[in-house]
This record gives sequence, structure tokens and C-alpha cells, in this order.
Amino acid sequence: MTEAQEMMSSREAFGQELRALGHENPKLLVLDADLGTSTKTSIFAAQFPDRFIQLGIAEQNMIGVAAGLALAGWTPVTSTFACFASKRALDQIRTSVAQPCLNVKVVGAYSGILAGKTGITHQSVEDVAIFRAMPHMTVLSPSDAVETRAAVRAAVNHRGPVYIRTTRDPMRIVMDPNHKFEIGKAVLLREGSDVALITTGWMLLPALDAVAVLEAEGIRPAVLHVPTIKPFDEEAVEAVARSTGAVVTVEDHSIIGGLGSAVAETLSERFPTIMRRVGMCDCYAESAPNEDLLTKYGLTADNIAATARAVLACK
Amino acid sequence: MIRNSVQDFEGLKRKALQIRRTVLQTLHKSQAGHPGGSLSAVEILVALYYRVLRIDPDRPEWEERDRFVLSKGHAAPVYYVTLARRGYFSESELATYDTINSRLQGHPDMRKTPGVDMSSGSLGQGLSVAVGLALGAKLAGRDSQTYCLLGDGECQEGQVWEAAMSASKFALDNLTAIVDWNELQLMGTLADTMPLPSFSETWRSFGWEAAEIDGHDLAAIVDALQAPRKAGVPRVVLAHTIKGKGVSFMENKVEWHARPVSSHELQEALAELTEVQS
Repeated sequence: MTEAQEMMSSREAFGQELRALGHENPKLLVLDADLGTSTKTSIFAAQFPDRFIQLGIAEQNMIGVAAGLALAGWTPVTSTFACFASKRALDQIRTSVAQPCLNVKVVGAYSGILAGKTGITHQSVEDVAIFRAMPHMTVLSPSDAVETRAAVRAAVNHRGPVYIRTTRDPMRIVMDPNHKFEIGKAVLLREGSDVALITTGWMLLPALDAVAVLEAEGIRPAVLHVPTIKPFDEEAVEAVARSTGAVVTVEDHSIIGGLGSAVAETLSERFPTIMRRVGMCDCYAESAPNEDLLTKYGLTADNIAATARAVLACK
Repeated sequence: MIRNSVQDFEGLKRKALQIRRTVLQTLHKSQAGHPGGSLSAVEILVALYYRVLRIDPDRPEWEERDRFVLSKGHAAPVYYVTLARRGYFSESELATYDTINSRLQGHPDMRKTPGVDMSSGSLGQGLSVAVGLALGAKLAGRDSQTYCLLGDGECQEGQVWEAAMSASKFALDNLTAIVDWNELQLMGTLADTMPLPSFSETWRSFGWEAAEIDGHDLAAIVDALQAPRKAGVPRVVLAHTIKGKGVSFMENKVEWHARPVSSHELQEALAELTEVQS
């Protein structure tokens, strides 16, 4: 495979999988709030213009209309940026979708801080915390293009509300093409005995890079990837904590309320383990090139490795 | 257009009277709830549930049924009493309203109450859901109609107008919004709180056909809801109503938006609600 073939953005994967699902599922409708070319629902729209519903720049109404379509027997997939899904349309998702447990999917594009130099308003570091706290919600945060396709398929086939994070920029594909995705299941990608790196979303990639760094130092890290934030795979988290005795969580989201919190909640009840959280430390980011943003806010393999060493020193 | 004769409505007026009485008894028992906005909507619900809606209370999930979204969810008491009288569940269950483990929640919950097509309670959201229901019926080739009851104060929510735009874009001539235009809201008059100037003109400017009627005149309500449709145009019926209608000391009194009904007040109210007014 060439380098170019191995790269794909998760939003592109989402759009392609929606198109594939459109062929299979005649009840699938895709709703947009004038961001389709950015979220990549445009791929579905080009193939199925009659099942693509354009609501304009009105996210609250988009969610309500989706709720009504679900009541009428359709399977609506809505998408907008993660920042708008989780804040602008929050009460609509909570009251018109989650509370009545309707079959509406909400796809939050440009999640995390990689939002194409658009800055704070378009970045989303709170969405996982918000939707994780919401009863009836399923929350998915897949890593690469392969896992995103599988997650989108699982979400559409799951009856009930689902929130899915996607990201903007092309990234390398790390999952096997036959990667099995099951809602609620974490994946132990690497066994290890010294420290566990627990990841969600695309931050799996720098975590895998950190593994190489740590192994060169004689440290044996485990990698547990958690693409479903809710329902949370507590058993897998407990098991990897038991086998390593030290944990680092890794996410492109606030360390408050996201994966780091879910792991801390789980371990404090089931198997108290020393841990550290890599993520956004209760701050907003800014607009800048990706590499500069990731370096400044510590979302890098170097920082993951340094955090792993720090937690090991406390063991 | 065939107009409904006055005589056809004597029976419905009696139902409206009985529903008012039961609403007050239910509210008195719970010592909570919203009397004013329930009493203003009695005739609208009677017209819908006894004349207009294509429904079968024995089959609340019937796919071909018409749908109703109570966007002003705080009128739950009048909704529950109407559903019970129409046979969706036993009237004796009304006594459980707002009690622990009840199917009758403070605001409508479709997962609990038979006959409730959509949960509501956070104002401004119901019309969007109704747009989705109407669009979904059209896409599926079903001829069922969708009705949505909003409060006038509720129309201060921006989402209502997002929904209004989209109903017009999708040419939803199977959608009818009804506004319970009682001119009062929680803190005071609508005019003082946040006026809605040129209300019917505003709806028309969003591409809707709008009719203004007396929202306590059953014949006028049924006529407005059943008038022939203009192809591709959503309809709004702006129903002028009186908050607290039927009980002299509650009518047009802002404090009766949400206030417990005492035993004494209940007796006084029931004493007033004994004969059908002409």
C-alpha cells in the first residue's frame, strides 16, 4: 500500500459508509444544517438526493424534525459540527430525542481541537462529557477511517439515540480492514505489564507512537482502545488496570467528563489504580496549524510517553 | 364549505364542561400543575379528539392515525383528562397524576401514557417534531395529518420560527399548528413580556395560511381545522382564548398560570361549572 492509500479522514469514511448504508436501508434519511460538504453527508446527498433533507442553518429544528421522522418510522441521521450538536441543539437532543429514546443519530464532525484553523467556536472539548451524562444516549468515538465506518454502521443498525464523533483531517489507518466493532466493547490492541494507555478517538494514533518510544526504553505498555464511551466497558478497563497497575488516559477532549473521567470513576469503584489523564486541561484551544495546536496542548506521543513515565514513577 | 350547525355541538359542549370539572379536580388533588393554560385549551382538545383526529383509542400505535403534538406540554392536565374520556386509559387513573410511579407525568411522556404521540415540556420544540411527522408521512405516502398545539408565549422561542420556515419549504399541507392565544404567560401579559406584533401576518410571511378564530367556539374550531386545504401550504389556526376559561376568578388572571387549587376554590369553581353556556 502506498502512503496515500493509508490516509483517510474519519468524516470521509462516515460519508462513504452512509452512502453504502443508503443502498441497503431504504428507511435511512440524512439531515443537514448547511454543513454537508464539511461533515461529508454530501457524499450521501449526491447519491440519494430524495433522502437528503436540508434544514438550513437551524440545528435545533433539524433535531426536532429528526425526532418527528423517527416517530414516523424513518431512521434519520443528523450531522453538524460537534460543537453545535452538543451545545446549540442540546436541549432538543435531550428532550426531543434522548428522553423519548427515539431512533435518531447525531454525528458531531470536527470534534476535538482539530477544526481546520477555525478556532475555539468550532472546536469541541465538552461534547463527550455532555452526551455521556445523558440517559438513553450511546456515545461512540472511533479512531480511524476503518473504525469510523464500522461505528457508523453499528449506530444505524442500533435502535435508539446515538452520538458519534468524527474528525476533519486525513489520518493514517491503523485498524485491520476486518476490525470488528461492537457497541460497548473496548479493544485490547496490545498487551503489556507496566502501564496501560487507554485511548479513545483518533488519539489512538499518537498513543501507538508513544508505545514505540516507551518500548525502546524497556517499558511494556498495554493499549486499550475505547471507541464506545457509553455504554462503558468497565470490565475491560478493570482488567487492563489489574494487569498493569498504572493507567494513562488519552483523548482529544477535556479531561473533565470524558474518557479520563469515565476511567477514573470505574477504577475508583472497582480497582483503585494510580492514573494520569492526557487531554485538554480545562481550557479552550485556539486557531493554529494542527501540529502547533497538538504540541501546545500536549496531545502528542511525546506527552503521552512522558505522562506514562510519570505515572510509572508513582507506582 | 359546509359549516357545522350549532346543534351538532351541544354534546361536545357538555364534554367540554365535564372535562373542565375533571381538570380542576385533578389539579386540586395533585396541588400542582397549570390551571390557566389547561382551561384555555379545553375546546381545542375536544374539537381535535372528538371531531377532527383520525384515531382509534383501542390502537394507540395505529400507523395510519393522525398525530397530535402538545407543544405546550404544561397543559398536560387537560390532555390527560381528554385522553382518559376518549378511552385511552381509565379515568380512575387521573387520580395518580403527578404521584410516584404514575403514567401521568407533570409534562407529557410518550413512553408512559397511552395516546401521547410525543413527549414535551421544554417549550418551542413541538412544531419541529410535527414538521418531521408531517414530512415523514408524506415521504411514506401516508395521508395522515399532523396537528400541533402551541402556546402564544411559546412563540417567543426562536425554534418555532425555524420550524415554520421548514414546514413551508417542504410544502406541508398535512400539517396544522394551533396557537392557544390567551394573551397571558407566567410573569404577566404577553404584550408586556414580549409582544408578537402582527402575529397572523408573521405566520403568513413564513408561507403559512393563517386563520383567527374564537378558540372557545367548538364549531369555529372544527370548521377552521377542516376547511379545504391549499395545496402545499401549512396551516395555522390562531385561537383567541381566555386563560382560566370557565371559572370567573381564574379568567384572565396571570396568577392562575401555575397555582394549586384549594378545596374552597375547587368548590367555587365546580359550582360555576354546572350548565353548558350558550
